[in-house]
Amino acid sequence: MGEKTIAGKTVQVNDEGFMTDHSQWDREIAAEIAKEEGIGELTDAHWKVIDFLQKDFAENGTMPSLRRVTKAGGVPTKELYALYPGGPLKKSSKIAGLLKPESCV
Amino acid sequence: MSEAYEPIKKISLVCSKGSLDGVYPSLIMANGARMEGIDVSIFFTFFGMDAITKKKMNKIKIATVGNPGMGMPTWLGAIPGMSAMATSMMSKTMDKLDIPPIPEFIEMIHDAGGKFYACKATVDMFGLTMDDFCPQVEKVLTVGDFYALSAGAQIIFT
Repeated sequence: MGEKTIAGKTVQVNDEGFMTDHSQWDREIAAEIAKEEGIGELTDAHWKVIDFLQKDFAENGTMPSLRRVTKAGGVPTKELYALYPGGPLKKSSKIAGLLKPESCV
Repeated sequence: MSEAYEPIKKISLVCSKGSLDGVYPSLIMANGARMEGIDVSIFFTFFGMDAITKKKMNKIKIATVGNPGMGMPTWLGAIPGMSAMATSMMSKTMDKLDIPPIPEFIEMIHDAGGKFYACKATVDMFGLTMDDFCPQVEKVLTVGDFYALSAGAQIIFT
């Protein structure tokens, strides 16, 4: 656990850089984490994934699997990998200010 | 911690068994690797090839005979329908955990950038052609081709 300054704001993060207090998250922080993760500018397509993750987490209290993002979130597997290369679920969750997904799929 | 080691960048999986508990570990490890940004190839050999064979990929079952992990006496496991029942029960549990059926899983890993190959020796032995395989299979490889393609990779045999 530690503190990190992202987009000029001090937020709580764990040792892998995932935010631990979602109330501290905002869209500017998301944009900053996206740059750090090598994703670049967040487009509407990126936001569709982030919005789904946040909505699903709020409703179920657990992080969705990648398959759930494709089925319930309506973003195809290929697109997810194109939007978030190098780890679609992990990177999008980090940008969304949520916990690291714990599912193996 | 792990900082002293280079992260894994590429893996090659060999899937050699055609039972449910033979195929799923390969697919779960392959998918999990892609989710971490690791390059993945899966080389299917012997009965593992059933997982990519159109006629068989929907019929892969858990072995209820000769599988001590099931904790089932051989006579019970041998009752007709027992393997199908155990498979069906396991499939339901897996679906709840968002682990897809084999054909969907293969499509998902392929869409994620994973590559699928069939073993030349087994193809020759069983008299198969590319037409027998699902469309996600890239090509038939010799063992030598497989090693060449695995340059720089960790090889995992399941």
